[in-house]
Amino acid sequence: MAATYLGKVAAMITRLRRIPFWSWFWFLLGTLYFILPLYATLEFSLEMERDRISLLAYERAFADPEFIETFVYSNLLAIATIIISIILIVPTAYWIRLRVPEARRIVEFITLLPFVIPAIILVFGLIRIYSSPVQVPLTDITLLQPLTNFNLGTNILIVAGYMVLAMPYMYRSVDTGMRTVDVRTLTEAAQSLGASWLTIIARVILPNIRAALLSGALLTFAIVVGEVTLASFLGVPAFGPYLFLLGQHRAYEPAALSFTSFLLTWLAMGIIQLVTGGQGQAAGAH
Amino acid sequence: MAQITLPASKTATGASLDWKKWIGVTPFFLFAILFLILPSLRLFIGSFTDNEGRFTIANVLQLFEQRSILDAYWLSIRISAVTAIAGGIFGFLLAYAVTIGGLPRPLRTTLITFSGVASNFAGVPLAFAFVATLGRTGIVTAILRDVFHVNIYQAGFNLYSFLGLSLTYMYFQFPLMVLIMAPALDGLKREWREAAENLGASSLQYWTRIALPVLLPSILGAMILLFGNAFGAYATAYALTGGAMPIVTIQIGAQIRGDVLHNPGLGYAMAMGMVFIMAISLAGYSWLQRISERWLR
Repeated sequence: MAATYLGKVAAMITRLRRIPFWSWFWFLLGTLYFILPLYATLEFSLEMERDRISLLAYERAFADPEFIETFVYSNLLAIATIIISIILIVPTAYWIRLRVPEARRIVEFITLLPFVIPAIILVFGLIRIYSSPVQVPLTDITLLQPLTNFNLGTNILIVAGYMVLAMPYMYRSVDTGMRTVDVRTLTEAAQSLGASWLTIIARVILPNIRAALLSGALLTFAIVVGEVTLASFLGVPAFGPYLFLLGQHRAYEPAALSFTSFLLTWLAMGIIQLVTGGQGQAAGAH
Repeated sequence: MAQITLPASKTATGASLDWKKWIGVTPFFLFAILFLILPSLRLFIGSFTDNEGRFTIANVLQLFEQRSILDAYWLSIRISAVTAIAGGIFGFLLAYAVTIGGLPRPLRTTLITFSGVASNFAGVPLAFAFVATLGRTGIVTAILRDVFHVNIYQAGFNLYSFLGLSLTYMYFQFPLMVLIMAPALDGLKREWREAAENLGASSLQYWTRIALPVLLPSILGAMILLFGNAFGAYATAYALTGGAMPIVTIQIGAQIRGDVLHNPGLGYAMAMGMVFIMAISLAGYSWLQRISERWLR
């Protein structure tokens, strides 16, 4: 009697042991940590009208002309950053692979520097350098007004700053992409058919690394669109500072926009997962 | 600048070729010098310059004397260390659960994707999300009060405090750990475990004698990376506490807005101190990463 009972208990324990209890425990805890803040934001954003769930906060937030302006502006900044980054980094990575492998170490070192120099330090340095006129060294001849004094100058500064922030991710994406295609053979084949350097890069190399480019571009997008530090210190009308100010005197609209920006980040990362086959990457504009 | 370091070529044509091939990477170096090196150098030189433009090390020495600056560094270090260790342990356990912990495969893909999103979800939206969760009228605050009869605010909790900011930072810290540790855990070879079991080792012995020693460099390295990740954070803390938590980045922000230290050189020195700590942590990370690569992959 007691023996069969013990036997049953033992059998149950073995069965229980096969279910990885602790794995499930940590996984559920992690899921809760992920979900709760998002759920809280979503619920809060739907409660603008008393006793009723509605999308009023979203309607109000999206209808604000300032939202549209700043959001469009931030997206334009992101697009400019992505395009100029690709123009700068693809030929560099290509040239390193093909002609100057000895430059690899120093270029990789430079692309890692943004991890050492946080956004707040970068913008500090940029402001100190470019808020005074650009002069010919050792003379008083002024080449250029301070970049921070006019719109185009500020836009150049902020796009350059974002290019620096995105550089580690962009360079690594592009470099990984080039590792998987045989750049040298492709180049030789294209050259033997009479293609120029520009044609080779634009029509042979770029299409072959498009998955890597897309993942670098989306990461850059995720960094730039909600960025606050550079945008607020350089005083540009971007989405990040707008959302921050909105949060100072409104309650529901900021929650609606926060949830929207989470969905955008999720969309960008989801596409990256799809195109890179699950090799997640992390950026940081914290 | 860099072509000088190249070995001299045998022939004149060879030399000119050597020189020409660097043209392809010139735009990159030019960009890096203009928008990364020069701004950093400006702060570096500034931290060794007094108000009259002469060389001085007084600014650097003053970093260790002025109470508010020391406090800012100490607060930043504590908050970064706490979230790096807690986020590191939690992230490791999560990565373990989905890699070799016996959970169904699809959960792994889900967790990795979510980690990618969460480690990128920061700044203002993250701060607002935590206000909606753990603020005075937040959902979790309400659930704890109404269901469990625990009023965390009466118990002394405050979202705009050390604990609150740490909990918020955790949202991007532990996912980063998951992203780094999942591949490392995949690198543990099944043969090691089988060999240990054949020799009569228990599960505990396998973990303490084999798996953890092999994983330790990458665990420590990842935690150091997490430390730097939190140390450089500005937007989240500013959006959440509006400057009430005087961490280094917030203090530097105040210094940029208007010379609150009443000494520009001291501000530059403070920024350089930060770069110094970030550089040490990145160096530590890459050193530990090299050690761990001996065994994993």
